[in-house]
Amino acid sequence: MTSTRPVPRAVALTLAAALVAQVSWHALHPLTSAAAVALPAAPPMAVLRLASLGENEALAKLLLLSLAAHDGQAGAALSLRALDYDRVVGWLERAVTLDPRARAPLAAASEVYAAVPDAARVRVMLAFVERQFAADPARRWPWLAQAALVARHRLHDLPLARRYARELRLRAPGAPPWARQMEAFVLEEMDEREAARAVIGALLDSGQITDPNELRFLARRLEGMQEEMRQPPRRTEPAAQSPPGL
Amino acid sequence: MTFSPAVRVGATVACDTLREALRGRLSWLLVALGAGGFALSAFLGALALTDTRETQAALLAALLRLACAGIVAVFVVASIVREAHDKQTEMLLALPAGRAAWLLGRLAGFALLAVLVALPAGLLAGALAAPAQAMLWSAGLVCELWIVAVFAAFCALGLGHAAPALCATGGFYLLARSAAVLQWLAHDAAQRAPDASQRFIAAGADAVAFLLPRLDSFARAEWLLYGTGTAADLAGVLAQSAIFLTLLTAACLVDLHRRRF
Repeated sequence: MTSTRPVPRAVALTLAAALVAQVSWHALHPLTSAAAVALPAAPPMAVLRLASLGENEALAKLLLLSLAAHDGQAGAALSLRALDYDRVVGWLERAVTLDPRARAPLAAASEVYAAVPDAARVRVMLAFVERQFAADPARRWPWLAQAALVARHRLHDLPLARRYARELRLRAPGAPPWARQMEAFVLEEMDEREAARAVIGALLDSGQITDPNELRFLARRLEGMQEEMRQPPRRTEPAAQSPPGL
Repeated sequence: MTFSPAVRVGATVACDTLREALRGRLSWLLVALGAGGFALSAFLGALALTDTRETQAALLAALLRLACAGIVAVFVVASIVREAHDKQTEMLLALPAGRAAWLLGRLAGFALLAVLVALPAGLLAGALAAPAQAMLWSAGLVCELWIVAVFAAFCALGLGHAAPALCATGGFYLLARSAAVLQWLAHDAAQRAPDASQRFIAAGADAVAFLLPRLDSFARAEWLLYGTGTAADLAGVLAQSAIFLTLLTAACLVDLHRRRF
């Protein structure tokens, strides 16, 4: 066993006093809440590639997490409205460029950022989804389907919804029948909640979504919609006043 | 079965190197690395909206790579500098086995240390990705750590002090991870403005890239995320490692043989 020498009392007392002083200092100076910071412009692609040290996919995930941290600063609905959507698109585009197979940037655009109660911002997100779909229709059709639904039921822009649905039918032959039939689906005058419920139910049943967090998210929304459908029907509100979500 | 004195000395030095690392609380550090990685993975999983497993795998793999390289570099540099300051190197080099046996024994010990360090990282990767891809990623990581270890040994032997040796190793690692991107940026700029200075910069970037191993292609996160790793990737990593390790070992031997103690 290692022998130890007794510590001088003065040293022990100094240590204890310093510890008390340290704890007291923090108790007397509580952490002030950080002020909301505006989203900066996305860094240039060359800088990002250099900073990734070859880990492009990891950096893409990190970009999305830092973007999510910005819209969580002061309550989701408020901060989404306060975000500069051109800059958000810049960050999402960088993430897609770094990791073209990632689903998260398009899911964030169509499911999170398109939920803002501001029609102009919603259109910015839908345009982003449409551009990214054109680059890889086989993999990215689910988010254009979501965009078509948002255009139909939140923006009440039938021509836009039809355009997305037509692109789905023509350019995504690998998509399941419900997605390819969406053009007809959009054209029918169907209740908003019924349509959303059908699409989310089909997404869950298709087995194409395997991520546990996303499954929980969609299942919760489906449950909420079924709950709402038991309530007496209400008139669909215009996009500017309608709540975030589908 | 009998071995030559050089092999016996080399094996003893390798075992001592590993023993020294284990007595230096390496096992605790590895446990902390594994536990920290697991906790970080759970935290990232809670943050991600979708692509949960991919987010966990990509960020964890990138952080573990950096952490493992840092651990190996610090252990190698500290070990060689301490031995030099304690004058143990002179004593060992005075043995009849020769300088090469001592050096190769040290490097073999560092190679075993790198395997130990990569083990928790490989296990965590295996929990988040397909086993074959996780094994491929782990093999790439071990090769990367071997290169870092031998380069750190080269710097520590040549520079003799911990701080400059660690800085040189860190610089080498960052450059080897980003050389391909630097090369791409330099050629891109030269194509857009084809003047003499841009061509000179592009040639310089080429020279740096040709001299360094492409560590960015060694343990790619995309293997874990999308299962894109193949046997050809592994063969490329092994071939590049064999070439560069031979080059570094030869450089160490030249430096050691020309030195007067």
